[in-house]
Amino acid sequence: MRKSALRIAVLVLIVAMTMGTLGFAVAQEGDTLNILYWQAVSTLNPYLSGGTKDIEGGSLVLEPLARYNELGEMVPWLVDEIPTVENGGVSEDLMSITWTLSEGLVWSDGTPVTSADVVFTWQYCTHPDAGCNALSKFTDVTNVEAVDDRTVVITFGVPKPFPYGPFVGAQSPIIQAAQFADCVGANAQNCTDQNFYPIGTGPYVVTNFLANDVVEFAANPNYREEGKPYFQRIVFKGGGDAESAARAVLETGEFDYAWNLQVVPQILDQMVAAGQGQLVVSFGTSVERIHINHTNPDSALGDMRSVWVPDGSNGHPFLQVPEIWKAMSMAIDRDLIASQLYGAAGKATCNLLPAPAAYASPNNEACLVQDIAGANALLDGAGIVDSDGDGVREYNGIPLRVLYQTSTNAVRQATQALIKDWWAQIGIEAELRNIDAAVFFGNDLASPDTYGKFYADVEMFTNNYDGTDPEAYMAQWTCAEIAGPDNDYLGNNISRWCNPDYDALVAQMAQTGSLQERAALAIAMNDMIVQDGAMIGLVHRGDVSAISNSLEGVLMNSWDSELWNVADWTRSN
Amino acid sequence: MSKFILRRLLIAIPTLFAISFVVFAILELSPVDPLGNLPLTITPEEREKIREAMGANAPFHVKYAKWVVQFVINEPLNILEQVTGIKIGDSEGRLRYISYQTRSPIVDLVIQRLPQTLWVVGTAYLLSVLIAVPIGVLSAYKPYSIFDQVGTFFAIVGYSLPTFFTGLLFIIIFSVNLKWFPSVYDTTHRVTDMQSLLVQLRQIFMPTLVLALYFTAQISRFTRSSMLEHLNQDYIRTARSKGISERAVIMRHALRNSLIPVVTLVALGIPAIFQGAIITEQIFRVNGLGQLLILAIQGGDLPTVQALTFIFAVLIVIFNIVADVLYALLDPRVRLS
Repeated sequence: MRKSALRIAVLVLIVAMTMGTLGFAVAQEGDTLNILYWQAVSTLNPYLSGGTKDIEGGSLVLEPLARYNELGEMVPWLVDEIPTVENGGVSEDLMSITWTLSEGLVWSDGTPVTSADVVFTWQYCTHPDAGCNALSKFTDVTNVEAVDDRTVVITFGVPKPFPYGPFVGAQSPIIQAAQFADCVGANAQNCTDQNFYPIGTGPYVVTNFLANDVVEFAANPNYREEGKPYFQRIVFKGGGDAESAARAVLETGEFDYAWNLQVVPQILDQMVAAGQGQLVVSFGTSVERIHINHTNPDSALGDMRSVWVPDGSNGHPFLQVPEIWKAMSMAIDRDLIASQLYGAAGKATCNLLPAPAAYASPNNEACLVQDIAGANALLDGAGIVDSDGDGVREYNGIPLRVLYQTSTNAVRQATQALIKDWWAQIGIEAELRNIDAAVFFGNDLASPDTYGKFYADVEMFTNNYDGTDPEAYMAQWTCAEIAGPDNDYLGNNISRWCNPDYDALVAQMAQTGSLQERAALAIAMNDMIVQDGAMIGLVHRGDVSAISNSLEGVLMNSWDSELWNVADWTRSN
Repeated sequence: MSKFILRRLLIAIPTLFAISFVVFAILELSPVDPLGNLPLTITPEEREKIREAMGANAPFHVKYAKWVVQFVINEPLNILEQVTGIKIGDSEGRLRYISYQTRSPIVDLVIQRLPQTLWVVGTAYLLSVLIAVPIGVLSAYKPYSIFDQVGTFFAIVGYSLPTFFTGLLFIIIFSVNLKWFPSVYDTTHRVTDMQSLLVQLRQIFMPTLVLALYFTAQISRFTRSSMLEHLNQDYIRTARSKGISERAVIMRHALRNSLIPVVTLVALGIPAIFQGAIITEQIFRVNGLGQLLILAIQGGDLPTVQALTFIFAVLIVIFNIVADVLYALLDPRVRLS
């Protein structure tokens, strides 16, 4: 009896030892590139994707006409030059843009890429039943026309000072007309094979697709650049969580590249110390900010909760008072939040628009230094004092108690806790609340917990914009964009902040062509948003990925797909 | 006997319908948004159109009716066609049950992922039964001996440590420090020869061990108590007094009888091990059903969550029936009426 059990135990041990001592093949060698995204790829068609991971996976195969490099500059990709007014590619009245495809472009199946494919891509995405998520790229496009095999003219219904929306960047690549011909409109949803195995012009072709798990790519034999890509095979694994993804690159060395590592900085530092790999960081336009509700979120109001009324009668009882939101901003130590909670991936900022450099305002640096005493003095000076001795100040008899909500996420909860403490020191009491991201960022009309409904006094999240032109992003703050029941809470102006002067700037920008003037306008708009208390900027957030020490040529990019130059990646010996 | 099985199966049908309705309704009422992970740069108006195209905005009863039709009629037919190769009716035009995330038929995803779950779950269960029963028997044979004490200790540790903790612990020890086993399951690996089988065994070793630890603890404890109960019975004393060898007394008399409740437990435990696999698969990135469920929940992919939850419910109902039938088969004292 005892013997047999012992025998089994010994056997198991021996098997384990032999399996173990053989060691596992370290992935960081040879011409296979192992990429790990902790959110698995669900589809390779970026037009139907549910997140960045799909767009980046698709970017290995599908390419746009032009894209952004690591500095946020536009670079020609499937064309030889970027059309501008100077070279005649953009018409004088800014109503049309003409793209000319490079000569001899072919799809991975060997057939030529023609302007018909570009036209088809526009028709595919803008079909009303398609459910395409890149529609905003095609805003105001009235026609896309193939002049000849290589020339495409895009016509706009209004003058477009920045006509580089359609077919620029990872979100709106060109798809092959022949492959997707039967997938137009409602059929788009049923074209599983096409969505899983798109034919593209990129450096790789899909050889095996397991949805929500792993994608295998092989080098595209028809790729336009001789001798590229270096890696003959890519294994694009997905799933798990950010921390273990970082570990797989930095500690166990099983993978070459791990994406989007929102991990506590101290833990990441420890992993880097293992010496297998390093972190790469880049900064785009993402800013973690606190939106201030300019309407009254009182639950007693019923249907009128957080609803903006043009005459201002439903304004917030105290958050529109400049001294109050200024003091709230002054009390925050942004550097502490950035260094302790974001590490390499965060820089303190007070702005809404932190990049590109030409658009970043230099006028709001004062708030970068925490000043609790100053905040207290400001409130005292305005007569907003704690009259009943409970530690909370009152404004017109209303105690300064705020409900502060955000999505569930360890870093956000830590930020909330810090800020709650600082606000307590200036006599403002915060009640904290966190809501699951899928609910908070959802648009379920029946749910009271979405960020659009904003049934709270302040709420915190990150937003950004694609590409480098902030016009559409800044236009989200106009009075007409205020989220409310009349637009099913789909408006973009979450703070419900309305300033006619700001609307005028937005209108002016829509008619300004010069890049310099546009930058000046963007700075003025940013300053108005910051200095009029529409929001409190906290941290300029970067993107962090990990790469193995042997991987070379990675140029971390926040303006386009992180994998934008994968054809140039190589492995050192 | 067959009458009994038939009756149990017939009762299962309304049960499953009730479950399907509850599962569907609860998930449908949840405020999760399948577009919650899209970049905020996509405007709410566009999101509305995308939701419309996905069919996420249809009224409740329409969605439920579609769901039932697809689940009860269409997808079984599809599977039948795939297995037999015979075309039944209009198979091209048949409505398929599509996932929000991947825009592909969910049943295909399930079929794709079932083998991995079976690999991991199957080996884990086999392993734990093989280890647990001898441990349980030995512990009962010499209760409160050192072996029993050690066994009890490990059983309590194994039973009380959650798999997400032991999984992480194993990764740190075996992957990061010792570099013996990979921490990420390679789904693209194909078993073709002995060498690749070894690789496969190595990569399922850690997830299997994590799961096995939990179930070994449970089953060995159960075997022990059942065995203890039987060792004190009169018929054991009779057997011993007849002069039968100790080995025969234990193996032929005591063990056989004490295994009856253990077999039921093993059958009833199968759905539970599928659930345990949810977390383990996520930790080791095994692309099984459990990981699919987690990803679907994170992505707000309601159709997939509904389908998988329902599949798990079906498994529980089926294995309940199996356990009942096994019990009746093994123990003639159990009456079927």
